[in-house]
Amino acid sequence: MLSIRDVSKSFGGLTALSHVSCEVKKGEIKALIGPNGAGKTTLLNIVSGIYQPDKGEVLFLSEKIFHLTPTRIARKGISRTFQHVELFGNMTVIENIMVGRHARTRSGFFSSGLKLPTVMKEEREIQEKSAKILEYINLSPRRDELAANLPIGEQRILEIGRALATEPQLVLLDEPAAGLNMKETRDLGEIIKKIRNHLKITVVLVEHDMDLVMRISDSITVLNFGEVIADGTPLEVQKNPEVIVAYLGDEEEMPRGYSAHT
Amino acid sequence: MKKEDLIAFVIFIVLVILLPVLSGSTYTLTVGIFSGINALVAIGLCILMGYAGQVSLGQAGFYGVGAYVSSMLSLHGGFPVVISVILAMIAAGIAAVLLAVPALRLKGHYLAVATLGFGEIIYVILNEWGPGGPSGFGDIPHFSFLGYTVDSTTGYFYLIWSLVAAVMLFSINLIRSRTGRALRAIHDSELACNAMGLNVVTLKIKVFILSAVYASLAGSLYAHYVTFISPSSFSLFYSILVLTMVIVGGITNLWGAIIGAVVITVLPELLRRFEELDVLVYGLILTLSLMFFRRGLVPIMIEKIKKLRGLAVAKH
Repeated sequence: MLSIRDVSKSFGGLTALSHVSCEVKKGEIKALIGPNGAGKTTLLNIVSGIYQPDKGEVLFLSEKIFHLTPTRIARKGISRTFQHVELFGNMTVIENIMVGRHARTRSGFFSSGLKLPTVMKEEREIQEKSAKILEYINLSPRRDELAANLPIGEQRILEIGRALATEPQLVLLDEPAAGLNMKETRDLGEIIKKIRNHLKITVVLVEHDMDLVMRISDSITVLNFGEVIADGTPLEVQKNPEVIVAYLGDEEEMPRGYSAHT
Repeated sequence: MKKEDLIAFVIFIVLVILLPVLSGSTYTLTVGIFSGINALVAIGLCILMGYAGQVSLGQAGFYGVGAYVSSMLSLHGGFPVVISVILAMIAAGIAAVLLAVPALRLKGHYLAVATLGFGEIIYVILNEWGPGGPSGFGDIPHFSFLGYTVDSTTGYFYLIWSLVAAVMLFSINLIRSRTGRALRAIHDSELACNAMGLNVVTLKIKVFILSAVYASLAGSLYAHYVTFISPSSFSLFYSILVLTMVIVGGITNLWGAIIGAVVITVLPELLRRFEELDVLVYGLILTLSLMFFRRGLVPIMIEKIKKLRGLAVAKH
C-alpha cells in the first residue's frame, strides 16, 4: 500500500534519514520505532508531504506522492496525527471532527453564504457522520467542550477521530501514547485495533511505548540514526541483537559489517 | 442561524426601521448612511482578520476601485447604475486575486505591508490619472434600479442598511458553514488543516476577494450617494479608520464590525461640541477603549450579558 524506497533526507549538514526503505502492507498495523532522533517523525513528515525527500521516492497505492503538497496527499487518503497535538483548540470537540470532513464535502463559498438547500443537506450529513465518529472513539459525552480543555489522553484520541473523518485508507499516528497513563494507553490500543479491524484502515504508528507496540503491531521497522536496522514481526525484532544494542547501548563496539538481516 | 444571531438580527432590523421614524432629521440620517457604508467595509475586514487571520491595510484601495469604476461606468459608459455597481465589484474581485496570489503567501506583517502598498498604488493612480486628478469629479448619477431612482436621504438610508443586512446575513451564513469552520480551524493550526486536506491558501484568497467585493460595494454606494468623489476619500487614512472600527467593535464577532463602524462614525459627530479639542478627545476615547476593552466592545458586551443571565438564573 505504501512503499518508501531508498529515501534520504538531511537538514543542513545533519542526516536525518539515509537510504530508508520500508513497505507497509494493506490492512496491517505497522510500528516505526527507534531511539530519539532516529528519524521516525521525519519519515512520517515525508510521507504526509510536509518534507520532500532529498533522494528516493514514496509510493502510495503504486502512485508517486513524494512531490505532492500535504493537502493533496490528505485528499488521496493519508491522514495523520501529530506528536505535539495539533487540535483546533478554540473549537468544540464535534467541530474538530467536522473540519475533518472538509475534504470530503463540497459546499462552496457562495452557496454557503446563500444557505442553499444543498448546503443544509450536506451540513446535516457532516453532523451525523461526525457524531458517529465521536461515538466510535467514545468521546460523545465531550461533544460540546472546547478541544483545548480536554485532558491530553482524550486530545490524542480526538486527533485520531479527526483523522478518521477524512475517510483515509492509511493513518499515520505520531506517538499517540505520549503523555498517556496506563488506562488511557490501553483504551488507545483498543481504538487503534478497532480502526484496523472494523474500518479496514492501515495504520502506521510511531511509538515509544514498547508494551503497546508489541501488543498491537503486525510488523515493526526499527530506525537508528536515520537508518533501518531491523524489520520484521514484533518477536523477530525483539530478538534482534542490533535492536537491543540500539536501545540499551553496548559496552564494546559493534563488530563492523554486522547486519541484522543476516 | 444560531439563536443569538437571530436575536441580534431582529434587534438590528427593528433599529434600522425605527431610526428614520424616530429621528427624521437629515443630519441623523446622513450620519446613519455613512455608518452603513463603513459597516459594509468593516464586515469584510472583520471576516478577513477575525476569521481568516489576515490583516489588510489596503481596504481603501478596493473601496476606491468600487467608487471610481462604478461612477465612470454609469457616468461615461452609459451603464445602468446597478450594473455599474456589480461590474465594479467584479473589478475589485479581480484586483484582489491579483494582489492575493502573491501576497497571501506572505505572513503577518508582510501581508499587511503588501496590502498597504496596494492601497497606496490605487491612491496614487487616482490622484495622477483619475478623472479630475486630485480634485476629483462630480455629476455621478444617483442610485437607481427598475426605473426607480433613490435621491432622498431616507431612501439612501434604507437602501444602504438593507444592503448591510443582506451582506450580514450572507456573512453569518458563511461563517457558520463548512467554510467558516475551516477558516476558524486555520486560525488554530494551519499544519493540521493541511493534514485534513484543506486548501488553506485558496480559502484565504476567497475571503480576501470577499472583503474586497464588500469594500467595492460600499465605495460604489458612497459615490452614487454623494455624487462627487475625489482621491482623498480613498487614502491610507480610510484603511486605518476601517481597521480601527473592526478592532474597537471586536474582531472575533461580525456584529462587532457594525457596532465599531457606527461608534467610529458617530463619535466625531458627538465630539463637535469640544470644538478644536475634538481630535484630542477622539484619540483619548480610542486609546482608553483599546486599553480597557482590548477584545472589542461586542465580545465584552456578550460576556457581561452572559454574566447577568448567570446571576439571574442563580437567583431563581
